[in-house]
Amino acid sequence: MSETARFLLDGAPVPFAEGQTILEAARAAGRYIPHLCWHPDFPPHGSCKLCIVDVGGRHLSACATPAVDGATAASDTPEINAERRALLQMLFVEGNHFCPSCEKSGLCQLQAMASELGMTTPRFNHFYPDRPVDASHPDVLLDFNRCIYCELCVRASRDKDGKSVFALTNRGIHKHLVVNAESGRLGDTDFAADDVAAGICPVGVILRKRVGFAVPIGSRTYDTRPISAVSMDREEP
Amino acid sequence: MSFELETASDRAGLRRVAIDPVSRVEGHGKVTLLIDDAGEVQEARLHIVEFRGFEVFIQGRPYWEVPVMVQRLCGICPVSHHLAASKALDRVLGVPRLTPSADKLRRLMHYGQILQSHALHFFYLASPDLLFGFGSELGRRNIVGVAAAEPEVARRGIGLRRFGQQVIEATAGKRIHGTGAVPGGVNRHLAEADRRRLADESATIVAWARDAVQLVRRLHEADPILYDSFGREPSALMSLVRPGDGALELYDGVLRLRDADGRIELDGVGDQDYRRIISEEVKPWSYMKFPYMTHLGPERGWYKVGPLARVQNCEFIPTALAEVERRAFRDYAGGAIQHGPLAYHWTRMIEMLHAAELIDRMLDDPDLTAGERMADGERGHDGVGIIEAPRGTLIHHYTVDDDDLVEWCNLIVSTTHNNQAMNAAVRRVAREHLSGRTIDEGLLNHVEVAIRAFDPCLSCATHALGRMPLIIECVASDGRPLQTLVRDS
Repeated sequence: MSETARFLLDGAPVPFAEGQTILEAARAAGRYIPHLCWHPDFPPHGSCKLCIVDVGGRHLSACATPAVDGATAASDTPEINAERRALLQMLFVEGNHFCPSCEKSGLCQLQAMASELGMTTPRFNHFYPDRPVDASHPDVLLDFNRCIYCELCVRASRDKDGKSVFALTNRGIHKHLVVNAESGRLGDTDFAADDVAAGICPVGVILRKRVGFAVPIGSRTYDTRPISAVSMDREEP
Repeated sequence: MSFELETASDRAGLRRVAIDPVSRVEGHGKVTLLIDDAGEVQEARLHIVEFRGFEVFIQGRPYWEVPVMVQRLCGICPVSHHLAASKALDRVLGVPRLTPSADKLRRLMHYGQILQSHALHFFYLASPDLLFGFGSELGRRNIVGVAAAEPEVARRGIGLRRFGQQVIEATAGKRIHGTGAVPGGVNRHLAEADRRRLADESATIVAWARDAVQLVRRLHEADPILYDSFGREPSALMSLVRPGDGALELYDGVLRLRDADGRIELDGVGDQDYRRIISEEVKPWSYMKFPYMTHLGPERGWYKVGPLARVQNCEFIPTALAEVERRAFRDYAGGAIQHGPLAYHWTRMIEMLHAAELIDRMLDDPDLTAGERMADGERGHDGVGIIEAPRGTLIHHYTVDDDDLVEWCNLIVSTTHNNQAMNAAVRRVAREHLSGRTIDEGLLNHVEVAIRAFDPCLSCATHALGRMPLIIECVASDGRPLQTLVRDS
């Protein structure tokens, strides 16, 4: 394949190199495709489905679909964005996301994405799951209420830290995040506050203790810039 | 125990009149009156029908989240909850003394809260009754009616509230539900541009607040019999005062109880010791507890809190103009303690003037715009924060476990302290103004006027301001509907 290979994204040509996915090529060309579970330091995961694009009538994950010369992909369309909003709404009602008192507000990619895509209501009935926090670690708190199952912590702990502290267990609606300790408590693992996994959570599950609202709401990353702009500079958090 | 008119001796056969909900107050409550065939009120109760679950659902949450979460109790005075929780958690962190910058920034935020809340209550909620009359035309009894009849009064009222909100925004980040205070200090300084903008206007705000005191004073002096006696029930008064000199203190002090005749009954009680003097009674007909002074018991130990208590409990007000007005208030009654609920309005405006003076005085302080914001201490497990919220003494108490999670929480909000006092005022008004008369909306508003004077925050939760729906049903002793008055929202 030549270096001049291109596909069309929302009508505009996007050049790509062999092996690049639609999302990677678009990003390299300065074009943003919404995503939550994708991170440039890790292989595609394909679980959040926020990066769906319409390719020939099929809705495919842009993070996991190789770019093809001459293909046509649609991302920023009313239909695709409505589907993304519905996915976000399902993520919101599955957990307990109470932004008004969440210390991750303004730094949370789920919240920022909801703002980006114009999600104004939860639409579906809340599940209100009962998920007690795990505060057993001296430096880090786990608030499972906000987990979106992106597995970035699982991947970071396994692939970067070499520890495999985290895993998802069970299936379907019963799926949830667990830690690798017989007691089930983070304090009984070898997790450390300077692990890569400690800083990778895109929502408010893995939190450094006693930080809280030290940075004022209103001056945080996504308070001042939309996620579509921040994401093109670097991946938060 | 039960007070006179709290429970009718024989409830069968009495007709029931309900004011549901009480309007132009914060939150949702209702009043029920049981009336016999001769038209005499046999039972009068103010019920609080909102259920607050904060004390339970804060359990198991990390302590640093608490000041932000619990302020959602209220959309009118969230700063009070925000600061009371922060003060309690300062204690948990072993920080009894904040840095000068943190202390002053929190105080500035609090004075902004006092200013905006008092302005909101007087001009938006209470002034229509006082300017037009308790039984005046219903359609005029609102802020729009005030704006039509007294445009300058309304304009200044709105301006005073707006200024208070701007102070809050500058110190907490938002006008409502900001995040300025954190356990151990604050998370921002006052921006120089905000300081200059507020300082440009603060002298005008002081002048307007002074005029507001005069407005209420004139209302009292024009009809002293009504203002002095309406809903009057003597009781003790409780508030914080400044340690040492007993000055009016709104942010941090010691508890003082003055009896109904003006004698100091308890003094110098530290905030961490509140449980030594205050107990709470539960009654089956209301979600709101009835606090009382433990050593006096529930029958004799109830008390009032809020502006009427604070202004009469202190030795003096430490700002010049408000102190002049406090003396005028005291001299009006010849030095005797004033117990009429309508006197709350006068003292509320004196406090609003005090808050305006404090803000005006503070804005030149360099500690607001620079200096250390956080303090450290030796971590403990238990902390109490007491603050004088606009409506009265507000108590937050938390215990925090070794993992930093809240184990237990107790909140005694300002309006709860006034529960018995409000019920007593309702019964007094029902007995003196309603008994033996054909009840109409204007008469029922008399009951609401008495409640409103306390500026209750019945649910301590957010709500939409404006006209609330009101349905009054009169049912004969045989169950026949006699009269129904409906006001749509």
